Amino acid sequence: MKRRNLLASAAMGLMLASGAFAQGMDKVKACFVYVGPIGDGGWTFQHHQGAMAVQEEFGDKVEIQYQESVPEGADAERVLTQMALGGCNIIFTTSFGYMDATNAVAAKFPDVKFEHATGFKRDSANVSTYNARFYEGRAVEGVIAGRMTKSNKIGYIGSFPIPEVVMGINSYYLAAKKVNPDVQLSVVWAFTWFDPAKEADAAKALIDQGVDVIASHTDSTAVLAEAAKTDGKVIGFGQASDMAEYKDGPRVTSIIDNWGPYYVKRVGALLDGSYAQQDAWEGIAGGEVLIGEITDKVPAEVKAEAEKLRDDIAAGTVHPFTGPIKKQDGSDWLAEGATAPDGDLLGMNFYVEGITGDIPQ
Amino acid sequence: MDFGGINPVILIATLMASAVPILLAALGETVVERSGVLNLGVEGMMIIGALGGFVVAVQTGSPVLGFIGGAAAGAALSLIFALLTQVFLANQVATGLALTLFGLGVSSLGGQGYNGIKPPRTGQLLPDALADLPVIGPILFGHDWVVYFSILMTAVLWWVLKATRIGLIIRAVGESHEAAHALGYKVNRIRLMCIAFGGAMAGMGGAYVSLARVPQWVDGITAGAGWIALAIVVFASWKPWRVLIGAYLFGGITVLQLNLQVAGSGIPVEYLSMAPYLITILVLVIMSAGRKGKANGAPASLGQNFHASR
Amino acid sequence: MLRLEKRPTPSRFWLYATPPVAVILTMIAGGILFAAMGKNPFEVIRTIFWDPVFGEFAFYLRGQLLVKAGPLILIAIGLALGFRAGIWNIGAEGQYIMGAIFGASVGLAVFPTESRWIFPLMVVAGAFGGWLWAMIPAILKTRFNTNEILVSLMLVYVAETILAKASTGFLKNPEGMGFPGSRNFSSYPAAQNAFLYEPLGLHWGGVAALVTGVLAYILLTRHQAGFQIRLAGQAPRAARFHGVSPTRLVVLCMGISGALAGLAGMFEVTGPAGQISIDFNTGYGFTAIIVAFLGRLNPLGIVLAGFLMALTYVGGEMASTNLGLPDAAIQVFQGMLLFFLLAVDVLTNYRFRLAVGAH
Repeated sequence: MKRRNLLASAAMGLMLASGAFAQGMDKVKACFVYVGPIGDGGWTFQHHQGAMAVQEEFGDKVEIQYQESVPEGADAERVLTQMALGGCNIIFTTSFGYMDATNAVAAKFPDVKFEHATGFKRDSANVSTYNARFYEGRAVEGVIAGRMTKSNKIGYIGSFPIPEVVMGINSYYLAAKKVNPDVQLSVVWAFTWFDPAKEADAAKALIDQGVDVIASHTDSTAVLAEAAKTDGKVIGFGQASDMAEYKDGPRVTSIIDNWGPYYVKRVGALLDGSYAQQDAWEGIAGGEVLIGEITDKVPAEVKAEAEKLRDDIAAGTVHPFTGPIKKQDGSDWLAEGATAPDGDLLGMNFYVEGITGDIPQ
Repeated sequence: MDFGGINPVILIATLMASAVPILLAALGETVVERSGVLNLGVEGMMIIGALGGFVVAVQTGSPVLGFIGGAAAGAALSLIFALLTQVFLANQVATGLALTLFGLGVSSLGGQGYNGIKPPRTGQLLPDALADLPVIGPILFGHDWVVYFSILMTAVLWWVLKATRIGLIIRAVGESHEAAHALGYKVNRIRLMCIAFGGAMAGMGGAYVSLARVPQWVDGITAGAGWIALAIVVFASWKPWRVLIGAYLFGGITVLQLNLQVAGSGIPVEYLSMAPYLITILVLVIMSAGRKGKANGAPASLGQNFHASR
Repeated sequence: MLRLEKRPTPSRFWLYATPPVAVILTMIAGGILFAAMGKNPFEVIRTIFWDPVFGEFAFYLRGQLLVKAGPLILIAIGLALGFRAGIWNIGAEGQYIMGAIFGASVGLAVFPTESRWIFPLMVVAGAFGGWLWAMIPAILKTRFNTNEILVSLMLVYVAETILAKASTGFLKNPEGMGFPGSRNFSSYPAAQNAFLYEPLGLHWGGVAALVTGVLAYILLTRHQAGFQIRLAGQAPRAARFHGVSPTRLVVLCMGISGALAGLAGMFEVTGPAGQISIDFNTGYGFTAIIVAFLGRLNPLGIVLAGFLMALTYVGGEMASTNLGLPDAAIQVFQGMLLFFLLAVDVLTNYRFRLAVGAH
């Protein structure tokens, strides 16, 4: 702690010397707006873990405030305004739907920093955006899926047909296809973010039709619970959190949303005065996407292959979307050796070649 | 036996299990409404039951005790409703909605610390030898005990309401509380018992979600199943066997639409996703069109409070 | 033992005294709850009931009360008309969504044309959307005797799917980089429902809510249709003798409540919410049912009930953020408030008597 402070003040001194405007703060009030209850065990739970990490890191120097289950639109705007009025120095808005509210309120409070998750609008200088490259984790899952499936049928449960989800489906499929050309992907759209019973039904439908590896982009552990009922015939992945309670069952690995490092970094930057507006999109390399422990259910060589992909992605030597890739309709998307520009990924509304079915539009 | 990759046997077996929460809750609500009480708090009682059942099952290690615990929790919550509507004569619709709000809040507070725990498993009741029989095996013998219990309850309630003295009293109270009172029945006491029974059934339905369908506890786990149960009671014209048909129809189409998505039917997903609701409406229209002009079977005193002035 | 006895006439005193009594009882019970959770009960209660109106940031929060109460009041008044006539529209949430979609569609179709006719046209479209969605249960009821509770409720889920389709498909912002959600009306002045007077949170939706409250009051107390509605609810057979057509009444009541819910959705999407998005609806249609009954199905009562509900939302949120109370505790508190309000109401029409001996 002492050393960090020392370093921080040194950095601050340097910056002041170099004429930078930034100034550190003695105490930061960091506030978080959540879209669901902390008890959702998924998306919001992980953001709250991040907030707790900030508290742990800085102790008395930060004060944490949060509000659960904030609906989008007018309610979000009110909560944000209230937080800004109430003296929050930095406000993290943790759902895409808060984008316009965040920018509207930020324009009124230039001295408060706003951090919006998964959006793209930064209308004022005090708005930053951050996101995680979950598709990198999907590629790792895809390798395991392609290698582990016996029926060559793999499944994916999507929430809503938005780019974030489509991106994950494509990444998962491409990685699986690469290691197993015979693989077929079935996608089920639940049309909900959260409905454990329906998610279980969706998993059951996939299992009943011969799918034996299931990934999901809805939040609950219902999918793994359903897979657990098959006594080992079907495997799945932890989503958002590690879901370690299914380690001795169907869960072979997981994608963990790990917001702690980012939150610590940003609040730290505010404390030491190095804070600047940015658009962060970190992945495995930045520690925002963690790949949970790969269990012994996965053969050693497959595990090694998946871990290698993880490490290569982290090192930047492999990009999950590397050409040649065609779109579902057969038109060219990426040329040989080209990697996907971020813009294409963020707005992705097409399947890659080989996936059957339509994206509901 | 496959139709476009969908096996009807597995489909039927699946829908029987997936309809259980709605079926149990709707059966309970049927009794409540037949006694003339409209309790819109089914969702609240279900989620309290889901939590109560989960906690008891985890603490005792027994899923059966869990279901009893869920029923007790649901019944306990319903007593608030009973107190307000039967003693303080509060408006039933508003009280029911408030009960849902209250139940959701209480369950979320009480459930802290129960995330990420696996409850003891509620397994198949009958031996594999029976469950593995072709066609009839999965449909008739492959279920956990609660599935059989839900069907048994349908039959029992049908019999009780139709052929027993208790059923007669409940119906009398629901059709005309004035007349029932004149005959010497304690209207509010009978209704209170019906409400508690409805709460217990809803609580058990909720416990099935947290112990069998999705064996886990998370906030808001019932995700609106209570509302569907309310709709199913209306769909069924307050008759137990029709409640079973309604719950299976709704559950069946939900399962079918997901299966059609997996099988790649070519039907746009958004239409599939609306299908359970639209088809339920359509079937009700067809059924009620045949009885045009007649009453739709609603108990005559539904939703009205009773106060014995003498 | 205590027993209830019906008053010959409703008590004027208790008619006005019950809400404050209920609030005080809630404060006591809620205070115990908050104390049990390790919070200072006085601080929490003050934050919920006092601070939004008189506290440090009241200059902002006062306006938010109307923003929150407006749609509740607008929807609840429409519902109350139907409830009085014994017509159970519990799908206002769906009508609210459809009003928003219809209203927004008209505006977005002509983007970026600037004309002062656009907004009025959107208002009409919004009301039409809600009306249309309510006509489905109404016509099914009148033609096929289909229960309106089921149909209106099921149509909420259908509307939600259409909303998802609108946000990811036909109303998606073409400049939104493929993200879901429509254009934001805050950047389209001709179609925007901006604040008319921000310190009070007044926008056209708030105006509509208050005006509708007065109109509905006049309708119910002075107009023939209002008389028919009340008669149909209290004495259906007598109503028929008076020449009240049940079919017309269903169409009228469902139509009005649908149109008002549609209006609420339209004003919300073009104003405070700003855009069509997957999670645009936040349960106003269901909460409005509670508001309707809390207001005793009386338009003026509904206006007051709407503000009380809004206060618990806004104040509850503050208590949650500033004092670290879980959101669920606020829900429980709201539930308690409703319980007490509903229970204490009994004193208006009844009194407690000490029963001596056998009854």
